[in-house]
Amino acid sequence: MQSTVPRSAASRVIARTPPAIYRWLGDRIFATFIVFFGVCILVLAVLTAWVLGSDAWLPIRTFGFFGFLTGTTWDPVAQVFGAWPFILGTLITSICALAISFLPAIGVAIFTAEYAPRWLANIINTVVDLLAAIPSVVIGIWGIFVFSPWMRDTFYMPIFLWASQNAQGALRFLGAPTGYNIVTATIVLSFMIVPYTVALSRDAIRMVPREQREAMFALGATRWEVMRQAVLPYARGGIAAGVMLSVGRAIGETMAVAMLIGNSNNLPYTLFGPAATMPSVIVNEFREAVGRLYSLSLIAVGFYLLLISLIVNLAAAMIRRRLAVEGSRGI
Amino acid sequence: MSQRALNTSPEAIAKNLRRRYRYERVMEAFLVAATVFVMVPLVIIIYYVVVNGISAINLDFFTQELGSPARVQTGRPTGLYQTIIGTLVVDLLALLFVIPFGIGAGIMLAEYPDHKLNPTIRVITDTLNGMPAIVTGLLVFAIIVRPVGSYMGIAGSVALAIIMLPIVARATESVLNQIPWSIREAALALGLPRWRMVLSTTLPAARAGIVTGLMIAFARAAGEAAPLLFTSLGNNFAARSFRGYLFAPVDTLPQRLYDLARSPYREWHAMGWAAGIVLLTFVIATFVIARVATRQRT
Repeated sequence: MQSTVPRSAASRVIARTPPAIYRWLGDRIFATFIVFFGVCILVLAVLTAWVLGSDAWLPIRTFGFFGFLTGTTWDPVAQVFGAWPFILGTLITSICALAISFLPAIGVAIFTAEYAPRWLANIINTVVDLLAAIPSVVIGIWGIFVFSPWMRDTFYMPIFLWASQNAQGALRFLGAPTGYNIVTATIVLSFMIVPYTVALSRDAIRMVPREQREAMFALGATRWEVMRQAVLPYARGGIAAGVMLSVGRAIGETMAVAMLIGNSNNLPYTLFGPAATMPSVIVNEFREAVGRLYSLSLIAVGFYLLLISLIVNLAAAMIRRRLAVEGSRGI
Repeated sequence: MSQRALNTSPEAIAKNLRRRYRYERVMEAFLVAATVFVMVPLVIIIYYVVVNGISAINLDFFTQELGSPARVQTGRPTGLYQTIIGTLVVDLLALLFVIPFGIGAGIMLAEYPDHKLNPTIRVITDTLNGMPAIVTGLLVFAIIVRPVGSYMGIAGSVALAIIMLPIVARATESVLNQIPWSIREAALALGLPRWRMVLSTTLPAARAGIVTGLMIAFARAAGEAAPLLFTSLGNNFAARSFRGYLFAPVDTLPQRLYDLARSPYREWHAMGWAAGIVLLTFVIATFVIARVATRQRT
């Protein structure tokens, strides 16, 4: 910095070496903190798997990994635990809920993305997002006091009475007409997952490039033909992944299902009978679980739930990559 | 779109067009019907919650504690004072916990795009986002409640913070990604180090979006009951001091709503509906504010 030219005040400020925090120290501290926060997410995931896995160790060792998975008896008194009734309940409710909600949800997604004028689409999107924001317990209390009794009085009871007169063989499959059964829980579950399917498939449809549509319109196609042949095939990866993620939501949905499914620990043999899902059995019994093996078995159910949701989520990620059309950005 | 041999007579073309237009109208009707069908439950649920709960909302509801079942049966005043305070304490504490971790992770994903861990973190974050809330409850029970030996408000906050974490991280990341690199380059060209660039230019520019992400995560967590059942447990009585809301079992609205709905007392059912109104108002208000903030930004 030796100079013969007299220096101005400004140049003296510039020539002054900045403090270390403005050279190398600040960036290192900042990067350390930021990476720490990022790594915390990884640690959290590992911690979840490890803690639940180590707690699940005792029941898994007692009954075997597949023994616990496929055991059909859940008897706290006899200290025999098998998760199959709950796994089956979870799979039935979520898959049936998806089957009910799939077409309407895709319909809403297509309507808001392609058909509706902008202002209407905004309103519909807000309402659908609000539906997703309604707490599960609020839907649950509505289900307990309004929906289940209504279903009982309108459908289960008349059908049951009719069957008791005319088709006594069917009574086995109708179960007791209490209103709290798999069908009720599945219907409620189906409109709880609609918002997720709508939001994810809407995003996928919006990602389809405009040229794709314009080319089809230029050929003289109607709007539905454009949707069917130019847009939906392009968006199918995103839609399929969105559907998978919605199934993940349905699998983990706890409170409303626990309040409506009737909570029976036996293997469900009919859709009109009570059952339990993996989250619902944990919610119902964990606070009252007495004994080490009993409470650890409930945690083991949680561990299997974690594994299933992990599989579903990773499958969604894979579907998105596999089904994505070459060059599309996906969601 | 027939594959048959083309019949180009005018009548055939007109017939074909009519068929296609008819199909178009049928599909449009189906789409409208689906939309109405999906939106009906929202209206029905909100209607029933309001109609059934409004009678139980009065001054006592906000100023009295719930107490034992005998209290409501003998006609003494009862309310959910302790639940509302507990909900605010637990939820706001959870928000406080999640802010540094969620925003920090979001900054890592967006501002250090070349970091080796980022693809892994992204996948893990999405997986955590899809993880059932009840699993979070079990996790916090195992790592906090069981070792300490007591259900605590703080444990509930930690559980809710874990639920919010992936949402906040991904929202922060996507907002930061929308900020053009030219702004960052301008800051760097002025000689600012990277940390100062993030803190003084990108974060302020992304503030509205980050707050929106936080509020959406908050609305989601505020409605969760499953992770609170084994962490903050619930409490019929108001705590005597603020410490009681942190280190003792605490009532929260979703969990109390569940317990009231399962209780055998008719009066408590009415209070459950009223709790539903309060919870719904709380969640929807948060959600709408977040929505409005987003719309102003764009």
